[in-house]
Amino acid sequence: MPVMNMVQALNTALREEMERDDSVVVLGEDVGRRGGVFLVTEGLIDIFGEERVIDTPLTELGIVGFAIGMALNGLRPVAEIQFIDFVYEAFDQIVSNAAKIRFRTGGMYNVPLVIRSPCCGGIKGGMHHSQSPESYFIHTAGLYTVMPSGPYDAKGLLKTSIRVDDPVIFLEPKSIYRTVKEEVPEEDYTIELGRAKKVLEGGDVTVVTWGAMVHMVKSAAGLIKERLGAEIEVIDLRTLFPFDKDMIIESLEKTGRLIVVHEAPKTLGLGAEIAAFIAEHHPELLYGPIIRVTGYDTPFPLAHEKLYMPNIARLYLAVKKVLEY
Amino acid sequence: MSLLGRVDIDPEKLEKATGLYRVIDEEGRVVGEFPDIGEEVLRDLLHYMIRARVLDEWLLRLQRMGKVAIHAPNKGQEAIVGAVYPLRPEDWVFPSYRDLGVYLVRGMSEEEILDRALYNRDDPLRGSDFAIYGHRKYNMIPTPVPVGNQIPHAVGAAYAMKYRGLDTITMVMFGDGATSRGDFHAGLNFAGVFKTPTVFVCENNQWAISVPLRRQTRAPTIAFRALSYGVDAIRVDGNDVVAMYKTAIDAITQARRGEPFFIEMVTYRLGSHTTADDPTRYRSEEEVRRMERYEPLRRLRKYMEEHGYLREGEYDEIYKMYYDHVEKAAREALEKPPLPEDVFFENVYGDRVWVLELEKEEFYESLRIMKELGLEVE
Repeated sequence: MPVMNMVQALNTALREEMERDDSVVVLGEDVGRRGGVFLVTEGLIDIFGEERVIDTPLTELGIVGFAIGMALNGLRPVAEIQFIDFVYEAFDQIVSNAAKIRFRTGGMYNVPLVIRSPCCGGIKGGMHHSQSPESYFIHTAGLYTVMPSGPYDAKGLLKTSIRVDDPVIFLEPKSIYRTVKEEVPEEDYTIELGRAKKVLEGGDVTVVTWGAMVHMVKSAAGLIKERLGAEIEVIDLRTLFPFDKDMIIESLEKTGRLIVVHEAPKTLGLGAEIAAFIAEHHPELLYGPIIRVTGYDTPFPLAHEKLYMPNIARLYLAVKKVLEY
Repeated sequence: MSLLGRVDIDPEKLEKATGLYRVIDEEGRVVGEFPDIGEEVLRDLLHYMIRARVLDEWLLRLQRMGKVAIHAPNKGQEAIVGAVYPLRPEDWVFPSYRDLGVYLVRGMSEEEILDRALYNRDDPLRGSDFAIYGHRKYNMIPTPVPVGNQIPHAVGAAYAMKYRGLDTITMVMFGDGATSRGDFHAGLNFAGVFKTPTVFVCENNQWAISVPLRRQTRAPTIAFRALSYGVDAIRVDGNDVVAMYKTAIDAITQARRGEPFFIEMVTYRLGSHTTADDPTRYRSEEEVRRMERYEPLRRLRKYMEEHGYLREGEYDEIYKMYYDHVEKAAREALEKPPLPEDVFFENVYGDRVWVLELEKEEFYESLRIMKELGLEVE
């Protein structure tokens, strides 16, 4: 089985889906000759030509609006937003149209569209190349939101996203595009949306997280075991809406303690929804407070980004606090 | 205009928007009427362009050393200094991120630019973002990285000036890629409708990362598009600093009378989009070599040497003087300590907000625990 990084796995998923289905097209800024600024679409233009791998003019609102039109008329566009930080120009098209066309038209029309985009921090990208804006999309009814944490999931989830009949916001943590490598099957496989993955077994504290933070959390397990004598159970959410409530509940039945870790700012981050859901439906499972370890409620800074982002020290403090409660 | 009558376009306006105004060609020969421009101004423009070129070289070097996060190379676009040179200090400039010459003309020193690029203790923008420059004291608004966002801002600020009875104007820079965005459309449209004192400068460098101009727009010229919003426009050889300077004087005069004006500066990006880009993937080396002949410093130097404004060897002396200056400034800027660790809690709101006060306490606690556990996070 070949070993791939996330860029290669995503590229493979796109290529295989385009080979399988003529209606799949790729569009965005620099996705053709340049192969995308992170090379996720590298080589596709040579295989499928410039009518299917489309270098567009520089406008996110144009890219998404155009892709919605394609999706209405029989295509399955995969639109790349070069950095998710630039998506805001397209916000009206996403929120008022991609997300709502099925509802507006009484189910007569639907939008099988994937919006792929590099997201999140950790590469010294500053305030407009580092954001984690998943909450805007999760908050918008009609959209699925997905964020893989490694190559295997990236391939399977992207394939599913392309085949789903509703719009999917597919967020790719750029800091782990090339750093995480794993075996990725050459054959076709998909991963169901809405299913999380347990990436570490432990009996004391459930840590729910996603994207690049999965790796930070896993790397803290040893220190937490050694210093606090506690084992963390790590759940990689993978699909952010709808999130896998069952896996979280099942884990809490064992641990009784919940921490949510995400890069996005704390206020109205997905951690707030997960905490509210558990507090509303399963307060009996909890021994202590639900703690969120997140980005702060400030813009994402260029200076000291590693101190801004959730880190091992902050997770350690959260585990200590929930154990001592 | 009657509702069903025809609408005529002034052929002179069309000619300006689709022609090409130039004074000095690529070999330094005078090909147009030479404007009334003193030797002192010519020397100033030369110095600013050399300073921009030298600083660009140094920022590239510092980026390769891992000291500067990302740099957007300027080489080839230095004639932009001609556009800003005739402005008054009270006028407002909304620059783009590839505008070292603009920052220098507005009064930023190499030292200030380096503090910003290295986001050290003295960074006036407090470590907010990379590749952006500006300062309130120079009436120069730091650029938003999403391209073209600043275009409607410049129009609104100009409206405010008019509303407040000031005789100042705004000038805004952006690239050819930005002309595809909604911000360009809205900005130009508002300027036309409200007749704001704004000068637009589109630095058309032919490439928006990998996308060539012909794939950005099928309009005959970018200036032609501006004309369609009712904004007078001219297409200029943007590698000819004398043409840029003369155009800017006319544009600024018109703006000060309360009418917007649009300059399409036809230039060429000789370097990569940013230091994270690899242009060999999408454009030929041969094209770049061919375009080097048209770059703005080469021709100005030729013109000035042939007309006795520069003696032999003087250009190299000036270049070395600025090179040495920046070398010293870079060394000093590198020695300065970083910004404080809690800097990102500043400037989120003007007032105190309890949410941030609480998070700041948690932040300090995390710094203490890092020390206690001996964790290196940064």
